[in-house]
Amino acid sequence: MNNEVITAMKFRTLLRHLREGVKSIGRNGWMTVASIGAVTTTLILVAVFLAVMLNLNQMADNIENDVQIDVMIEPTAGQEDIQNLGKAIQQIAGVESAVFSSKDDELNKLIESMGEDGEAWEMFEQDNPLNHVYIVKTNDPKDTVTVAKKLEGMENVQKVVYGQGVVERLFEFNKYARTVGLVLIIGLIFTAIFLISNTIKITIMARSKEIGIMKLVGATNGFIRWPFLVEGLLLGVLGSIIPILVVFTGYYYLENVVSKQIRYKFVEFLPYTPFAFQLSLIILAIGAVIGVWGSVMSVRKYLKV
Amino acid sequence: MIQMKDVHKVYDNGVTALSGINIDIKRGEFVYIVGPSGAGKSTFTRLIFREVKPTQGTIYVNSVNINELKEKKVPFLRRDVGVVYQDFKLLPKLTVYENVAFAMEVIESPPTIIRTRVMEVLDQVGLKHKARSFPDELSGGEQQRVSIARAIVNHPKIVIADEPTGNLDPDTSWGIMKILQEINDRGTTVIMATHSKEIVNTFKNRVVAIEGGVIVRDEQRGDYGYEV
Repeated sequence: MNNEVITAMKFRTLLRHLREGVKSIGRNGWMTVASIGAVTTTLILVAVFLAVMLNLNQMADNIENDVQIDVMIEPTAGQEDIQNLGKAIQQIAGVESAVFSSKDDELNKLIESMGEDGEAWEMFEQDNPLNHVYIVKTNDPKDTVTVAKKLEGMENVQKVVYGQGVVERLFEFNKYARTVGLVLIIGLIFTAIFLISNTIKITIMARSKEIGIMKLVGATNGFIRWPFLVEGLLLGVLGSIIPILVVFTGYYYLENVVSKQIRYKFVEFLPYTPFAFQLSLIILAIGAVIGVWGSVMSVRKYLKV
Repeated sequence: MIQMKDVHKVYDNGVTALSGINIDIKRGEFVYIVGPSGAGKSTFTRLIFREVKPTQGTIYVNSVNINELKEKKVPFLRRDVGVVYQDFKLLPKLTVYENVAFAMEVIESPPTIIRTRVMEVLDQVGLKHKARSFPDELSGGEQQRVSIARAIVNHPKIVIADEPTGNLDPDTSWGIMKILQEINDRGTTVIMATHSKEIVNTFKNRVVAIEGGVIVRDEQRGDYGYEV
């Protein structure tokens, strides 16, 4: 026999397995409903938790990225000194940008930020007590402290301001928050794997007799396993439909209604597109993978007849 | 076709089922296995398609030593041996047609051949009109005929029936026996464990009596030989 015939037979058998898997979903009625229910509940939990954790993470990033270093320039420094200082700052490893801001700009910013009270500062416009400033940003916010230390030692620098003390604690706090979040996510995913594969195990346990019969009729293990694999995949995918709907509608509401009522600058949710889609994809993948894994693992147990 | 040499079987729980079976069954024979309950009849039949492995001794089926058969090859042995069970062992979620077709799908027969062949055997056992029914919608006799149809659909060389009429009323039993006899007439080796004196004494065939795990009688065209 040539290879083509063999491949053709395999493909036909694959179709058969797909058909049988789908059929089994329909014929196992309540067992199917129960499994899908368990998958749905667990995945909703995972989805909500992931959304919360990823957004908190994003906010932590936002806060960290807002950290900047203000380099106050000595009032005695001349035009050339200032330009040289700018070049020197750019040379420091880890510096992303150094933007010059004149003392007039600084005063305007100050007045603006004070709102109505700012008017009181307008009298300083004639005799501005502020310094010219270089606003320095680092590539990685975590380098802030080391870069600031280097800036302090430079010529024509009067003072370096970056929220000393606060920034260090912020980074420390975020580091712990991220670790805790990661541990919780991993824990939750393991719980999901356990819950879903357990439910699927029960539906298959109810059919261990059928598996035995199939073996006695001369079915190979692979032949028996495939339809169950398809069925597990379908259970996982069907179970992720509602969680995905929850993600899309819930996140839409969060983005469009809730976020408008919050006025803190750093509270900025991850954008609906692509985040809602990415999260849905993750949910779908978890459902499908666990569905397949759960069914294959449980069938394996009964194949040793 | 089937040879057993000094076959012993002790189950894990310590029960000795067979102790020294020697037998030679030729192609095309019809053999009754008789004997009291617990004598080892079921174990004997189950050895042939390796649902049970012997503790000692050798078994040849189709000139293959099935003790040495790798686990992966067992499905292929079972495709040569059609089995009919007392409790039918039909797949409850599949229709009559699908149950019989399953045995053909397993050997990856082309769909067109499956359709014609399944309807052919269902016709042979008189259940063509029930093809779309599910097992629990059928009577015991009908379920047993489905299981026979499944056993013979792949033209096996051997059909093993473990008390196929055990749960059935006499009229239904006759029907089942006629089908098995017909299969045998077409050249298939049939091995049937039974408790039915009427059947053994009416449809005359080779009779092998097992008692206490050994063969105590082996007669061509024998009688049941036990009082019921």
